Amino acid sequence: MKIVKNAVAGTLESSDIFIRVEPSEQLEIDIESVVKDQYYKAIYQAVDEVLKEFQVANGKFSINDRGALDCVIRARMETAVKRGGEC
Amino acid sequence: MRRTMLFLPGNTPNMLINGDVLGADSIILDLEDAVSPDEKDAARILVRNALKYQKAETCETIIRINPTESGFWMKDLDEVIPYKPHLIMPTKVDSAQVVQKVSAYIAEVEARHGMEVGKIGILPLIETALGVEQAFQIASADPRVVGLFLGGEDLTADLQCKRTKEGKEIFYSRSRIVCAARACGIEAYDTPFTDVEDSEGLVKDTKLAKSLGFSGKAVISPRHVETVNELFSPTQADIEYAHDVMDAIEEGKRQGKGVISLRGKMIDAPIVKRAQQVLEMELQMLGGVSIE
Amino acid sequence: MNKLRETLREAIVEAGVKDGMTISFHHHLRNGDYVLNMVLEEIAALGIHDLTVNASSIFDVHEPIIEHLKNKVVTGLEVNYMGGKVGRAITEGIMEKPVIFRSHGGRAGDMENGSSKVDVAFIAAPCADDMGNLSGKYGPSACGSMGYAFSDAMYADKVVAVTDHLEAYPLADVSIPEGYVDMVVCVDKIGEASRIVSGTTRITKDPVGLRIAYLAAQVVKHSGYLKDGFSFQTGAGGASLAVAKYVEEMMEKEHIQGSFCMGGITGYLVSMMKKGLFKTILDVQCFDMEAIESIRDNANHQEISATRYASPQAKSCAVDSLDVVILGATQVDLDFNVNVHTDSQGYIMGGSGGHCDTAAGSKLSIVVAPLIRARLPLIVDEVLCKSTPGETVDVIVTQRGIAVNPKRTELKELLVKAGLPVKEIKELKEIAEAITGVPQQVKPEGRVVAKVLYRDGVEIDTIKSVK
Repeated sequence: MKIVKNAVAGTLESSDIFIRVEPSEQLEIDIESVVKDQYYKAIYQAVDEVLKEFQVANGKFSINDRGALDCVIRARMETAVKRGGEC
Repeated sequence: MRRTMLFLPGNTPNMLINGDVLGADSIILDLEDAVSPDEKDAARILVRNALKYQKAETCETIIRINPTESGFWMKDLDEVIPYKPHLIMPTKVDSAQVVQKVSAYIAEVEARHGMEVGKIGILPLIETALGVEQAFQIASADPRVVGLFLGGEDLTADLQCKRTKEGKEIFYSRSRIVCAARACGIEAYDTPFTDVEDSEGLVKDTKLAKSLGFSGKAVISPRHVETVNELFSPTQADIEYAHDVMDAIEEGKRQGKGVISLRGKMIDAPIVKRAQQVLEMELQMLGGVSIE
Repeated sequence: MNKLRETLREAIVEAGVKDGMTISFHHHLRNGDYVLNMVLEEIAALGIHDLTVNASSIFDVHEPIIEHLKNKVVTGLEVNYMGGKVGRAITEGIMEKPVIFRSHGGRAGDMENGSSKVDVAFIAAPCADDMGNLSGKYGPSACGSMGYAFSDAMYADKVVAVTDHLEAYPLADVSIPEGYVDMVVCVDKIGEASRIVSGTTRITKDPVGLRIAYLAAQVVKHSGYLKDGFSFQTGAGGASLAVAKYVEEMMEKEHIQGSFCMGGITGYLVSMMKKGLFKTILDVQCFDMEAIESIRDNANHQEISATRYASPQAKSCAVDSLDVVILGATQVDLDFNVNVHTDSQGYIMGGSGGHCDTAAGSKLSIVVAPLIRARLPLIVDEVLCKSTPGETVDVIVTQRGIAVNPKRTELKELLVKAGLPVKEIKELKEIAEAITGVPQQVKPEGRVVAKVLYRDGVEIDTIKSVK
């Protein structure tokens, strides 16, 4: 998929994650999290796997995590990609 | 055993994560009214992931899908069916055809994913005047149907009357639903009591539902779970009596008696059946926290 | 003899506050307190440096102390509790000397045995007469009990009472009597009433909190302690109060006559006493208006000092007679040690207060906490700060199960028999991590920024700076 328009997914509530995606030539990922010290790697991995699953190679992803579980991160990423992308 | 079915909004991660510890026998992950139209896609993916990665172990999971006249219901099923929720709750069901349509599509998705067809049950939500009048046809529409669930809020709008706490306006519908369900040998579940703060009203409404023959009740607040569980559970006296009945039958069999009586009353088939139901519930209740 | 002084500055000078001294404060005005800031501002203006402040608690309202720490007006800090704002500055290393943390009982005890020396105590007094008879029950800044200020009044060399409500001598209903007080200063306002007490304290509506409270109440019920003569302590937080609600229902249903309840007192406990469920309230601190009215009007609602509450130096104290206490935690480890000093990143945001005192004294200490907070599991291999030793913690209650200290085999059997979801603490950790994923270990490795003293005055742990 290619990111072709601005989109958002998720919320800033506790246990959720807010993702903003914008078109960009490169792939840029910026992760902010309340549990960065404990889970940065895990968050990055979940984000990366969803991007690979949907073959996304571009777009600017600004991610603000409020302690979301892995399955929530993956769901919000998928939503953001589907909302901002086209095949 | 579905004494309580707790509604949880489909797009709220915090609720989805903790839904299974709130004491309800079933949780209903809601993709319909609790989710705004522009978040349907997000909720569907979130609920699917919750099923996939965080499956509730201590309670049953029901997915409430969007009505068949909406553009959402097939997408809802596409996402959730592969992860085997226990039941699907179709909404605004007003004919046997709606149930059959949903059942057929579930079968299609099941087959597509190489799953055994027919394992996932259906609990139709009846919330229109037509649905109430078609209750028996709906109950007997498909082998997947495990019960009927009455939705009082939409129904009263359709009946053009006011929804009250006393619930006189839905008395007929409640009785009709129970009768139709029992006629087909399936369960009947009552509409939730919607005033979260009114605990006295909740008790009254729940007692009424139980007296009419419902097997359980939906709740919209976790704070209602305990009360409804308690009122739909057999009492200690019920349980003791049920044990006595079964003991008396055993004893009668050993002695080769044809007619068995307990406390001066003849034990007939309905009493035995009731005792078996009580003991079955006791067994299931022992699986969780003791309820008093 | 005239004890009344025109200005705070006059009293500070006359009390002889000098470089290197220790001054003390109590925290009954909580997040509405003006007195600590007021006194430090005057002291800074007088050019005094290198003071140690011994405050029973530091709240976010005391944020201005950070400037005084930077300017070396204050170079030592001793507290029982510290809110997150000052806590953050401390954890980032603003002070050279480590903060000393004590418990409520430990602070009183250390003053009694002389190991904690106070030169000048400043006592915020919601009501006073001109000879220094003091009470917290009256006046526009009423706080109810003044329990934590008693040891300051009794053991400091000089005692300055600061009030905003002066009554004619003699005050009718006295908490701290004139014999301990050197000077009285009347100022415009000692605090912000709305922040001293909450209007009413409400039970949590959070479904997970309620579930935990329900399970904790079941533990109380089946522990065998819930019978006539039952004594009980719970905090004022929403989830703790919910435990009180469930306990109340059980006591009413079973017609149980309790003996006393204690701790931070709220209207909820007052109403339980009024219903006859408890004979008396032992009140070291009030949390809402109803509690203040009750301590003023009801003889069965008694004010007690920190010494009587929890001092291990006293011949006996109330926590020793306590049956059940409900406590909180930010982290619990596999040995049942509890952290209430820092958050999961290691930043100071609390303190023992009466946590370790009641855990040690009570027959049954129950820690209630969500198993997961924003993805972080409650149970860890090793707590970042050992606030309360695991030997004194009996039960951990979470929404996904209950862990019983292996020392308490009989209790464990009782709870299992009652059908409660009893699990090994290791199992609870695994359940949480199955949901959250295993977190990477966070362990601050900077220099020591705080020392935690157990209630007997012995160092139990240290807190290190976070980069």
